[in-house]
Amino acid sequence: MIPVFLKDIIKRLEEGIYPYVIILAHMVSGTALVYTSPRSNLAFLVLITSFFTLYYFKTDRRFKLIVGVVLTLFIFPVVGVRNIFYLEVIFQISVFAALALGLNIVVGFAGLLDLGYVAFYAVGAYLWAFFGSQQYYVLHFAPGTQPSNLPFLLPGDAFYLFMFAAILIAALTGILLGTPVLRLRGDYLAIVTLGFGEVIRVLANNLDKPLNFTNGPQGITPIQRPTMPQSVVEGFNALFGRIVGHQVTPADMYNVMFYLLALAVIIVIAFVTRRLDDSKIGRAWTAIREDETAAIAMGIPLVRMKLAAFAVGASFAGVMGVLLAGSRTFISPESFSFMQSIGVLSMVILGGSGSIPGVILGAATVTILNLQVLQGLSLYLSQLRQSDAVIPIINFAWANLSTQLDPAKYQRLLFGLILILMMIFRPEGLIPSQRRKRELASDKDGDKE
Amino acid sequence: MKRFFKSINIPELLRPLGQMVVFSLGTTVVLSVIVLVLSLILDRTVVGQTLTGRLNVSLYTYTLINLPQVAIDGLTIGFVYAAIALGYTMVYGVLEFINFAHSEIFAVGAFVGVEILIALDKFGILSGASLVMAYVYLILAIIGGMLVAGALAVSVERVAYRPLRHASRLVPLISAIGVSFLLQDVIRLVESLTTGQFNRIFPTFGNFDRRVILGKMAMGATNITLGVSIKSMIVILSAVLMLVALNYLVNATKIGKAIRAVAQDHPTASLMGIDVNRIISLTFLVGGMLGGAAGVLYALKFTRIDAFVGFFPGLKAFTAAVLGGIGNMTGALLGGIVLGMLETYAGSYMGVFTMGAAGTEYKDIFAFSILILVLIFRPQGLMGANVAQKA
Repeated sequence: MIPVFLKDIIKRLEEGIYPYVIILAHMVSGTALVYTSPRSNLAFLVLITSFFTLYYFKTDRRFKLIVGVVLTLFIFPVVGVRNIFYLEVIFQISVFAALALGLNIVVGFAGLLDLGYVAFYAVGAYLWAFFGSQQYYVLHFAPGTQPSNLPFLLPGDAFYLFMFAAILIAALTGILLGTPVLRLRGDYLAIVTLGFGEVIRVLANNLDKPLNFTNGPQGITPIQRPTMPQSVVEGFNALFGRIVGHQVTPADMYNVMFYLLALAVIIVIAFVTRRLDDSKIGRAWTAIREDETAAIAMGIPLVRMKLAAFAVGASFAGVMGVLLAGSRTFISPESFSFMQSIGVLSMVILGGSGSIPGVILGAATVTILNLQVLQGLSLYLSQLRQSDAVIPIINFAWANLSTQLDPAKYQRLLFGLILILMMIFRPEGLIPSQRRKRELASDKDGDKE
Repeated sequence: MKRFFKSINIPELLRPLGQMVVFSLGTTVVLSVIVLVLSLILDRTVVGQTLTGRLNVSLYTYTLINLPQVAIDGLTIGFVYAAIALGYTMVYGVLEFINFAHSEIFAVGAFVGVEILIALDKFGILSGASLVMAYVYLILAIIGGMLVAGALAVSVERVAYRPLRHASRLVPLISAIGVSFLLQDVIRLVESLTTGQFNRIFPTFGNFDRRVILGKMAMGATNITLGVSIKSMIVILSAVLMLVALNYLVNATKIGKAIRAVAQDHPTASLMGIDVNRIISLTFLVGGMLGGAAGVLYALKFTRIDAFVGFFPGLKAFTAAVLGGIGNMTGALLGGIVLGMLETYAGSYMGVFTMGAAGTEYKDIFAFSILILVLIFRPQGLMGANVAQKA
C-alpha cells in the first residue's frame, strides 16, 4: 500500500544515527512547542507522541532508557506544573494505563472477558476512602448529618501501607467473586462479571444505611493524602522554579507526586506482566485462552489458573483505586459505572490485547481522545454557538444548536465505535502482541479459529 | 376460506395461552404463599412490632392488602421481560451469541413509539381523539416502534455481526457491546439535536390511566380493593398476543421450521435448501420487532424514558432467558414471568421485612443474584435441555 520510495525512506531512517536524531528532535521540538504555547492541545500531542517514536525506532537500550527517564521524570512534571491541565491528562493516562494493563491480564492473557473490572478499582478506592477519612466516626450518622469536627481515623501516611493492603484485599475480592463463576465459559462469564460490577456499584450507592459505610451517592470526602514535606516543594522550586515560571504550591507537588506514584505502579505492573507472560502461569493462561478442553487435557488446573488471572488483574485495579482516592480526596459511586469498565476494555482492545506497549498506547489514545479531542470539540462548538456563523447549505445558524449537544459527554459513542471498528477491521489491535504476530504469520492461509 | 381455517393449527394457538396461564398463576400462588408465610413468621418479631407501631397494622394484613397490586404489577413487568427475553433467546438459538445490543433495540422502539405519539400530540390530534381513535393511535405507535426496531436489528446484524460470524466467540460479543454503547449515544444525539432534552414523557391520552375495579374484599377492619389499571391490562394483553403469534410463527409455519432447522445445524440446514443468512436476518427482524413493541409497552407503563432506559430491562430480560433456559422459547416466557414477579415481590416487601435496611434500591441486583445462582446451580435453566456449553 505504501509507495516504494516512501518505504525506502523509512527503511533508511531506521538505520544508523537517524533514529537517535529523530527521537531527540521529536522530544526537543515537543518540549519547545509546549513550553512556548502552554495552552495548545496540538503542542501537547507532539510532546506525548514522542513516546511513540521512542518505542518505534530501534536504538541502543541504554539510550532509550535515558530518554524515557528524562521524558517521564523531568520534562512531564515540569511541563505539567506549568500548565496543570497537562499534568491531569498525563495522570489520567497513567491511571488508565495501569488499569488497562491489569485488565489485559484477564482479557488478553487468560481470555476471560471481564465487564465489571472497575469493581476492583472501586474496592481499592473505598478501602482507602473509608480508612483514610472520618468515615469510621460517621458510621452512625445518616449522610449529611454528621458533626463537622470529627477526627481522622488514621494518619495520612498510612496511605502507602494501604497501597499494599489494597493488593491483598482486591485480590481476595477477585477470588471471592471469581470462585463461583469461573466455571462458566466466555459470554456467560462476561455477563456475570457485568452483574458483579453493578452489584458493587449499587452497594456503594446504598450502604449508607443501616450503617453508613459509603455515605451513599454523595460519596466520601475529604480523604487524606500522605504528608508532603515542605522541603520537597522548596527543592522543586529551587531547581525548576525559573523554568516553571511561577511559585510551585504544595497542591501542584501533590499532583506531581501522584503522577510519579502511578508511573511507579505502571512500571511494576509492566514488569510483572512481562515476567508472567513467559512463565509457566502465563503459558497456562495462553493455553486456556486458546482451548480450554485441550488445556485441561494437558493437566492445567483450570479454575486455579483462572482465579490467578482474576486475582492478579484485580490487585492492580485495587492499587490504582487507593491512588485515585488519595489524589482526588473525593470518591463517589459514579466513578465506577459500567461505562468505565467498557472504557478500560476499549483501551485494551484498541491497543491490542495481550500486548503491553499496545495497551499503554490504547490507554493514552482513548484518554487523549476523551479529555482533549472531545473537550476541544465542545469548546469549539460553544465558540461557534456564540459567533453568528451559519452552516452554508442547509442554512442553519450555529447559535440555534441545542446546548445539550456537548461532545465531551459522548464517550459512549467513542467507546462503541472503537470496539466495533477494531473487532471488524483489526481484532489484534494497533500493536499486536508478539505471540499473536507469530500466529498471524503462521496461519495466513486460513481460518483464525 | 374454509381451507384457510383448516390450515390453522389450533393446538399451537392454545398451547402457549395455556402455558402463560399456568406460569402466571403458578408463580403468583407460590410467591404469595412464601410472602404470607414470611409475614406470619416475622409478625411476632421486632419487625412486626415496628410496623404495628408505625402504621397501626399487623404485618400479615399489610402484606395481604398489597398483594393483589403487587401481583398485577409483577405480571405486567414479567410479560414485558418475556417479550424482550424472546429476542435474546431466538438469536442465541440460531447463532449461540448474546446480542448485547438488544437492550438498545428495545430503547429505540420505545423512543420511536413515544416520538410518534408526541408528534400526534403536537398537532392536537391526541387530545381530541375519541376512545377508539386513542387505541388506534396507540397501536400505530406500537407498530411504528416494531418496524423501526426490527429494521435496526437487521441492519445491526448485517453491519456488526455478520462479518464476525466465524471469529472466536468473544469477538462478536465485544462488537455487540460496542453497538449497544454506540446506539445509546446515538439516541442521545438525536434527542439533543431535535429538542435538547434527554427525557421523553409518554403523552397522556385515552383512558389508559384509569383503573378498573374488579371487586372489594372485606379484610378485618379494612377493605381490599381489587383493581387493575387499564395500562397494565393493555401491556399484558398485547404481550400475550405477540407471544402467541410468535409461537405460531416458529412452531406451526414453514418459516418457523426453517428457523428451528438453522438453530440446530447451520450446514445441514443449508444443504436442505434453506438460505441460512436470510433466516438469521429474519430471526433478528422478529426479535427486534418484539423488542421494539416491548419498548413502547414499557414506555406506556412507566411513562418516562431516556436513552439508557434499555440497560436494566435488557439485562433482566437476559437473566430471564437464562433462567428459563436460553435458546428455549417457552423457557423465556417462564423466565420472564418468574423474574418480573420475583423482582416486584422483592421490591415491594423487602423494605418492610428488613425494617428499611434493604429495600427497593436493591431490586436491580436481585436479578443479578438470580442470574448468578442459576448459572452456578442450573446452567441449563429451568426448562433447558441438558446441553453442554460449546467452546
